Amino acid sequence: MGNSGTPASTPRFESWGRYPRLQADVVPLHWTGDFPLQHAPGTMQLPVGLGRSYGDVCLLENGTLLQTAGMDRLLHFDPATGMLRCEAGVTLQQILDFAVPRGYFLPVTPGTKYVTVGGAVANDIHGKNHHVAGTFGRHVIRFELVRSDGTRFVCSPIENPSWFAATIGGMGLTGLITWVEIHLRPIVSRKIEYRGDKFHGIDEFFALSQSATSEYTVAWIDCVSTGRNFARGIFMQGDHSETAGPLTKSKEPKLTFPFNLPEFALNRFSMAAFNSLYFHKQLSRQKIGPVDYESFFYPLDAVLHWNRMYGKQGLLQFQNVLPHESGREGMIQILKAITKSGLASFLAVIKFFGDVPSVGMMSFPKPGPMLALDFPIRREVSFDLVDRLARITLDHGGRMYSAKDARMTPEQFQAFYPQWQEFARYVDPGFDSAFWQRVTGRRPLVG
Amino acid sequence: MAEQHAAFLLVGRNAQKLAAVRDDLLTRGASAVTTFVADLDDTSAHPAMLAQAVSALGGLDLAFLAHGVLGDQPQAEKDYAVAEAILQTNFLSAISLVTWLANYFEAERHGTIVVISSVAGDRGRKSNYVYGASKGGLNIFLDGVRNRIDRAGVQVLTVKPGFVATPMTAHLPRSPLFAEPGQIAKHIQRAIGKRKDVVYAPPFWAVIMLVVRSIPRRIFKRMNL
Repeated sequence: MGNSGTPASTPRFESWGRYPRLQADVVPLHWTGDFPLQHAPGTMQLPVGLGRSYGDVCLLENGTLLQTAGMDRLLHFDPATGMLRCEAGVTLQQILDFAVPRGYFLPVTPGTKYVTVGGAVANDIHGKNHHVAGTFGRHVIRFELVRSDGTRFVCSPIENPSWFAATIGGMGLTGLITWVEIHLRPIVSRKIEYRGDKFHGIDEFFALSQSATSEYTVAWIDCVSTGRNFARGIFMQGDHSETAGPLTKSKEPKLTFPFNLPEFALNRFSMAAFNSLYFHKQLSRQKIGPVDYESFFYPLDAVLHWNRMYGKQGLLQFQNVLPHESGREGMIQILKAITKSGLASFLAVIKFFGDVPSVGMMSFPKPGPMLALDFPIRREVSFDLVDRLARITLDHGGRMYSAKDARMTPEQFQAFYPQWQEFARYVDPGFDSAFWQRVTGRRPLVG
Repeated sequence: MAEQHAAFLLVGRNAQKLAAVRDDLLTRGASAVTTFVADLDDTSAHPAMLAQAVSALGGLDLAFLAHGVLGDQPQAEKDYAVAEAILQTNFLSAISLVTWLANYFEAERHGTIVVISSVAGDRGRKSNYVYGASKGGLNIFLDGVRNRIDRAGVQVLTVKPGFVATPMTAHLPRSPLFAEPGQIAKHIQRAIGKRKDVVYAPPFWAVIMLVVRSIPRRIFKRMNL
């Protein structure tokens, strides 16, 4: 165990990247009164949801993970205003199943609906509408925070505002969130009015972003092809349909990725083929029409356990944002480094964050272009690449996303988030995470 | 059922937990939810509690019994009082409730009684035979009651779940055999709709228990199950 990152037995709780793999006790919480635990665990604790963060932000070696998914009750809903209060373990899927038939939708959604509300707050997640709606935290009205000493208090922009700011994006470190109150947004149909435009090169992507008028925008970008096809992609935008349409509940996914793909299956050639297929799936330069929200927001949710595609070694995710001034030049450098490495998969997205300020003290988004993609873990090669991307990000005044990270050094993290010491004052003395240990220099990078 | 605007009376030991479930049901569309704090081990309080349920809801359509303890088997082997407490909760309190409910529904000539039992009641095993006996006895009781009131149009559904991820099993190591409560709920709902008598949840447990029951006793008694 120790620093190897690959313990002999499978840990009870894995992050989505399945790296690092750290042993911990898991204590399921079923009621908002279950915490603090009746029998003190004698170890540091960390609340976790469904483990959809990629790196080690939801891990704690030899600690106690407080699994919140059993706290899954809806507590109040006002159909006139869309205000929903629910326990922190309620998932975005459960909210959609409840809200869509009632004509409401999530105010902000990430690329998967398999995350808990508590996790959405703790990582202050963002979505395709960041440029107009900001982060998830912008739509949080109030929540209850419970500290390990048993203190419970409500946090909002009015009540305990500094705790409100520290906990949104606070990576679960400030205490346990037991319930959350959020504003949902009205819809009249499941349908999204979609438009997809192919682009060649970063400048065409920038131009499309500038001219886009939709609530939701995101682009898939080819991080494998070079030369003529360098930085080609598809710019996707959409708006909730304004024509009354179906408001039914989604069906459960039927596909599960059945086993770990062997390491050799994902290589330069298969990835190039995947990227080509994806690019040419849309035949015409532009495609317009209504699509279901499931396929627009959650294409990967259709296959459960898709992370097994990366084999038992797991995957590394990289997500950064660069300021507008240095964005173009920085992204080109980053994309060149990635294509040269040949390590990229086909799951890469690029988007412009808007200037809606985040309420969280440690929130990730800031205005400018952001890039997110994953790499299979090929030991040093992948680690060196991500480290290189981190350095380019730092040189260009950008930052990386903690919820996606397994490799930032303390120096990099502290430069990305200079407010970290201020945040540290809000960290619960009984709480810790493998991520927090790493970026505060208390835990070496596992290799 | 909340989505079909049903009215509920919830019984449990902890008022705060009952309030959370009440809020959840109301939010999802229940037309009314009343809560009632009681320890079901006290069987003398059952008639008054059921009377209140009937009057609060204006009659009953379905009773759902989901209380129980796993108990401490090694302790129960040493100390009869521990074994008795397990039987009191899992067996006797359920017998009392089903007796009153069966008579009520029989007179109404309609209704459904759903009782959460366990696959552990299918065969006595070394590792949990006290819990197993409490559920096995319950299964036999329910079989008998069913044969009596089925002809009055009352359904008695025995639910036999395997491992379910609930507070009762929180201390056990998770395995692929574990199911989520939501999955079990779907199987129960379907079984009620089909007016089934017994349902294994998830259904693969029917196969596992068929195998477990068919092991010759000569061999079974040497096994460490």
